[in-house]
Order: sequence, then structure tokens, then C-alpha cells
Amino acid sequence: MDLKLKIWRQENAKAKGRFETYHVTNISPDCSFLEMLDILNESLVDKFEMPIAFEHDCREGICGTCSLYINGRPHGPDAGITVCQMHMRRFKDGSTIVIEPWRARSFPVLRDLMIDRTAFDEIIQAGGYISIATGNAPDAHALPVPKNKADLAMDAAACIGCGACVAACKNASAMLFVSAKVAQLALLPQGRPEAARRVQAMVAKMDELGFGNCTNTYACEAECPKEIKITNIALMNREFFAAKVCSQKEMAGTSGAG
Amino acid sequence: MSKFLRFSSLTKKIIMAFAGGFLMVFLPVHLGINFFILPITENHQDIFRDAVHFMTTFPLIKVMEIVLIAAFIIHLLYGFILQVQNWVARPVRYKKEGWSHTSFFSKFMIHTGVIITIFLVIHFMNFYFVRLGLTSPPEGPYRVADDHDFYFMAVNLFTNKTYSIVYIVLLVLLGFHLNHAFQSAFQSLGLTHSKYTPYIKAIGDIYSIVVPLGFILIPLYFLIYY
Ligand code: FES
Repeated sequence: MDLKLKIWRQENAKAKGRFETYHVTNISPDCSFLEMLDILNESLVDKFEMPIAFEHDCREGICGTCSLYINGRPHGPDAGITVCQMHMRRFKDGSTIVIEPWRARSFPVLRDLMIDRTAFDEIIQAGGYISIATGNAPDAHALPVPKNKADLAMDAAACIGCGACVAACKNASAMLFVSAKVAQLALLPQGRPEAARRVQAMVAKMDELGFGNCTNTYACEAECPKEIKITNIALMNREFFAAKVCSQKEMAGTSGAG
Repeated sequence: MSKFLRFSSLTKKIIMAFAGGFLMVFLPVHLGINFFILPITENHQDIFRDAVHFMTTFPLIKVMEIVLIAAFIIHLLYGFILQVQNWVARPVRYKKEGWSHTSFFSKFMIHTGVIITIFLVIHFMNFYFVRLGLTSPPEGPYRVADDHDFYFMAVNLFTNKTYSIVYIVLLVLLGFHLNHAFQSAFQSLGLTHSKYTPYIKAIGDIYSIVVPLGFILIPLYFLIYY
């Protein structure tokens, strides 16, 4: 396959950045997208040019590190997979591919296609945990969990925190990510005691970090490589509403967010 | 006031949904009265006038009028604030963007919203402000008896072809706005359920077609028969 690539190049976080055009030839259709970029980088190194910085780690769709916005869609044209799982046969020979970094105020570009997703860590630190030691795995019947709830919690927990939801959202909103993290804990008994506190603290952090607001456009759901459902967002809205209306003034004594 | 602006994103969305929901309840009531502009019964003019009289004088409705105006203002204000925040959240746009599958009309809520607001101002100037004595009633072939004579004010407007056509276009846009708004309000309030959500979506689709269509029938009648 021969392809024309338009790739965002940016020296560092402060630099202005621009698109550069590259031509790659003789690419196998069975090559993965990231391998294709590796081949391009090899050729750049051979020419004593700076290789293109892009993020990757596991290359098997489980770590959430890879993050490329390809032809107007995060993780490229395929549904339900990360970019590291995508193959070049997904593209037409001779076509042009536009590759950009995730774009959001809260995800600043560090270099080329690499972005800073510390914002997600901060949201988790604000409340995406349970603060008790749960000990060893308990007996299966010790803490009854309805099967459907366990399934929903597992589905929410599939989120790998890649940020495709933010990248896809026209408002750069992090609602799908935050809601998945809220839901996976809120649905299980171990997560209940802190549920009201958690949802308020995480939402407050999300707002503070400058993510946009949800307009129920659902691009996030369409692009999520783990197919996290927008029903999680509704669950979070419900949890948040209930917490605001019903919970006692617990926030004041703890982290003070709200 | 500043607390009102500093509410969290979710609180703003919940308030947006409540305010918008209230407006969606009001629309069919408005439509029900409007139908009597058309000669659907012998004494439709009298019924229309009585209904308008009731709506403008009955104490409980007077209270609802304040709630309604508050809902409009809150919905507009928050819609605007949320949109500005959303633009700011992505300072550098993509070169090639918007290829994801999305709820189509949701992308144009601000645009349809702004156009509807502009029309509402005109609508208020033609009717509501006339009653308050702030503007003069719309001119046309019929003489408007007093500032409560909404029947001839409406007829004067609808006999103007340009007005009727603009009105129809506007209601189509309102339909687009409502189509997203209906199910979106439920989502924002967290009211989703595997059993009920499909019905909510279907009802929303029907609502967003039937209500604007009902309003459109009136200028359509005038365009055909006048
Ligand atoms: S590199 Fe780990 S998910 Fe793509």
C-alpha cells in the first residue's frame, strides 16, 4: 500500500505546530496502524530527521495509552477498538490519512501526537476509589450482588481511560469517562458508602479542569473503544442529583469540593 | 447571581432540563388555544378570545406566566453559558472533525436556539408587549379593537404571506430543537431505563413532529385561503 499522511508536528507544548505531509510506500495491508508509523519513523531516523512522537504501550487494546485522531475520528474508522488494534487494510491504497492529537484544553499537546492526560488521573484522585481495605477475596455468598448489577459494573469498568470520549465530543466533555468510573463503584455494595461524596467530588474536579459540558450528542459512545454506554452518564446524573438533594452536609468536613 | 453561575456543570444541565421541560409542557397548551384562530367551530373567535382572556387574567395562570418567563430566561442564559464553556474547552479545533456518529440535531441546538429566541422577541413584541402597552399591535387588513384583541392581531400577522412563510420555517427549526431536547432532558435528569427509554425516544419523535405541525397548520390555512 502507498499512502499519503498528513501528520501534526509540534516541537513542544509551547510551539505553534503545523501539519507535515509524508508519503509511505510498500506498506503491508496486514500491518497495524502503529507499525506503519514505526516504519515511517525508521525512515525519518535514517534521514536524520526527528521521528514522530506518538503514544503507545500494550498495543493490544488494554492500556489506553494510544491516542490518535484519524480522519476525523478518535482511534480511527473502526468501532470498538483502539488505534493499536487497527490494521492498514482498513484504508484504501493511495488514500490520504490525516492524523491529529486529541484536542482539548484539558489535554495539552506535549509533542507531535502526544498529549498530557494528567487531568484524568486528577479526576480519579478526587474520588475514583474506595477508601477501605477490602481484604482477601470474600466467599462468593458473603456479599450478595445481583448478576445484572455486577455485569453493568463490569461493563463500566472496561473503560481504559484513553480519552477518546473527550476527543470525540464536540464540547471536549469528559462525562463518559467520569461516569464510567462513578458507575463501576456506585453499582457495587463496596462502593455505596462513599457514592454521594465520590460523584460530587469527581464532577467538581472535572469542571475545575476545564472539560466541556455534556450536550447529549453521544459521539463519545460511538467512538469509545470499550463501548462504554451513555446510560452510565444518566446513572451519574441520577447519582449526582440524588447526592445534591438528599445527602447531608458531608462534603464540608472532607475535601470541601462540591 | 454569581452562585447561580458557579453551579457545577451537572446542576446547570439539570436546571436546563427542568426549564426546557416546563416549556415543552406549555407548548401544547399554547397550540390548543391557537387552533381556535382557525374556523373549526361556529364561534371559534369567541372561544379564542375567552381562552386568551382566561390565560391573561386567571390568577393561577398569572403565577404560571412568571414561572414560564423565568424558565425562558434560565434556559436561554444557561444554554448560552454552557455553550461558551464548551467552545472554550477546545481552543484548537481539529483539521478534519465531526465524522463520528452522533445525534444529528444535538449539534445545532445553539443555532436553532438562537433563531427561536430572535423569533420569540418578535412574538412578544407582537402580542405580549402590546398588552403591556409597550408596543403597538401588528398592522394589517383588520382593525384591532384593543390591546386584548389577540384574535385580529394574529389574523393581521398571518394574512401577511412573508410572515406566514417565516413562521413555518421557524417551526420546522423548533421541531429540530425539540427532537433532541425531549430525550435529552430525560438523559440529563438521569431518567433512563432499559424498559422506558425506547418509549421516551419515540414519544419525543412524535412530539417534535406533531406539535410544530399543529402550529404550522394555522399559517398554512391563511396561505391557502387568503
Ligand atoms: S497501546 Fe495500549 S491500548 Fe493501544
